[in-house]
Amino acid sequence: MPSLWPSRRIPLAWLLLTRQPMRLAVALAGIAFAGILMFVQLGFRDGLFEASITLHKLFDTDLVLISPRTTSSVAMAGFPRRRLVQAMAHPAVAGVSPVHWNLLSWRNPENRATRSILVLGFEPLDPLLQDDSLRRQAPLLSQRGRVLFDERSRQEFGPIGPWFRQGRLIETEVAGKRVRVVGLVALGPSFGADGNLLTSGETFLWLMPNTPAGSIELGLIRLEPGSDPAKVAADLRRQLPQDVVVYSKQGFQDFEKNYWATSTAIGFIFTLGSAMGFVVGCVIVYQILHGDVSDHLPEYATLMAMGYPLRDLLGVVAREGLLLSLLGYGPALAAALGLYGLVRSATGLPVAMTSGRALLVFGLILVMCMVSAGLAMRRLADADPAEIF
Amino acid sequence: MYTPSPEALSTSTSGLATISVQGLNHWYGRGSMERQVLQGVDLEIQPGEVVLLTGPSGCGKTTLLTLVGALRSVMEGSVRVFGEELNGSSRQQRQCLRRSIGMIFQGHNLLRCLTAEQNVQMGADLLPGLGFRARRDLAREWLRLVGLGDQLGKLPHDLSGGQKQRVAIARALATHPRLLLADEPTAALDSRSGREVVDLLRSLARDQDCAVLMVTHDPRILDVADRLLQMEDGRLWSADRPPGGAGLR
Repeated sequence: MPSLWPSRRIPLAWLLLTRQPMRLAVALAGIAFAGILMFVQLGFRDGLFEASITLHKLFDTDLVLISPRTTSSVAMAGFPRRRLVQAMAHPAVAGVSPVHWNLLSWRNPENRATRSILVLGFEPLDPLLQDDSLRRQAPLLSQRGRVLFDERSRQEFGPIGPWFRQGRLIETEVAGKRVRVVGLVALGPSFGADGNLLTSGETFLWLMPNTPAGSIELGLIRLEPGSDPAKVAADLRRQLPQDVVVYSKQGFQDFEKNYWATSTAIGFIFTLGSAMGFVVGCVIVYQILHGDVSDHLPEYATLMAMGYPLRDLLGVVAREGLLLSLLGYGPALAAALGLYGLVRSATGLPVAMTSGRALLVFGLILVMCMVSAGLAMRRLADADPAEIF
Repeated sequence: MYTPSPEALSTSTSGLATISVQGLNHWYGRGSMERQVLQGVDLEIQPGEVVLLTGPSGCGKTTLLTLVGALRSVMEGSVRVFGEELNGSSRQQRQCLRRSIGMIFQGHNLLRCLTAEQNVQMGADLLPGLGFRARRDLAREWLRLVGLGDQLGKLPHDLSGGQKQRVAIARALATHPRLLLADEPTAALDSRSGREVVDLLRSLARDQDCAVLMVTHDPRILDVADRLLQMEDGRLWSADRPPGGAGLR
């Protein structure tokens, strides 16, 4: 062929698909369903992992210290507070914040039910979170028995937010001691904790009198502007004893995500769900294309009798697969965006579309359609031009 | 005009013949099920010649057509089409050769999802070196020639049997074939449209110097033939040109 133009042909694949609108609609519904299934499963998985680090992302820190015995945010072990003071000796360290961290039982002031809530104890004048409302309200905690309540905690902790805004005095029990809510912050529940409570280190020790002296669960280390966190982390790892682990802020988040992904069934379950969506989609597309090829077998045989090479006919089926994937992806993406919005508003989980996942699912749909087309092509071998007379 | 004679069946004429078949044998089945459908068939057809083939069903007519049309591989004997030997030919060779052979089937075998114009263009698309517009214009021209110039955009579903068969003829001729094979092209048509289709086929083939081998049971169209062949039990012989179909048994 001298140029691309003379090779322009009748869009047979397109016409084969569109002249049977019902069949096309069924095919697209099937592909979109498979796509939605994959989107939802992958979205939930990533959303749950993301939810496990809601709090981690808010910490105002460059590096963190945790105990090597810590496995996740629901099992934080203590380490000597001295290590944080030792870290101060590094010239690049600008400031540190010791943080107490534990799950304590909270009594719902409305119905008296108790439930575990994550309590963070910190020095009210030290920076803890990158959150302006916390900075404003932190001084209120300097009195013993005062707490700040995370108003995005789950409903089961009681209607603290509305009550507080109505000006009611909210007093309830945490770990059997009376506390008063003096302010609201908006952090969000994470995977391990349904709600969050912020208080001073002193109140925390009052709530948990058995905490060993000088033991903390988390150390925040802020660095001088312009210093290299990776280098400082390496220095600290060398200088500090083996009873602490140094992470960057990102590393701390990854550590937490990794726990949920590898040490629990969640990652596996949702990946399996996506794989099932893929297989279901393959079966649907294969059925559609196989039926299509079977229906048109005499016509394909006629084309072969006319002198069209088998290669051209395989190309038609492949283009049908490609068209199906392109046409089916749009509805899948639109429906998934709608479902993500629904899930966000219903559960508070941070489920959102990422370009990476959008591309991944498109790739999977494409592979699904092309694999099915490849399988359906075998049916073409039955198109014997000698049989059409 | 070619004068039919019994000798034309033999292998005496020049190598320019469109079809030249010698000692062709063909079997179906295996072992005890084996059945010979063609027995020592000899046949020669010259360019521009219209040859009709009749005979009872199951006598091997269609098998002969598929062998000459390069749709089946030759088992024994020699089949030359445009001088090219088909015995021992590769799939690729046969597929290539088929581009120069127009075929019209008993059922029209049009692509249901394509309009009349697109169906004909599927034939024209096989011509090398023509742009899309040129091929489309060619398709329209052929449809005009078969009298369907006003039905370009119709789907086969909306056309009558005769119209569909005329589209199939246009499609077969759009590839500029040098040989046209037709298997009972009038079987699904009433006598008037059957007549029209055959006359059309003949005149268009004549214009292009295209040889025609047509299998038919239809006694009303035998007079279009330059030569009439008869087949029975896998053997081929020349039939006297009958006055109006009385020669058929």
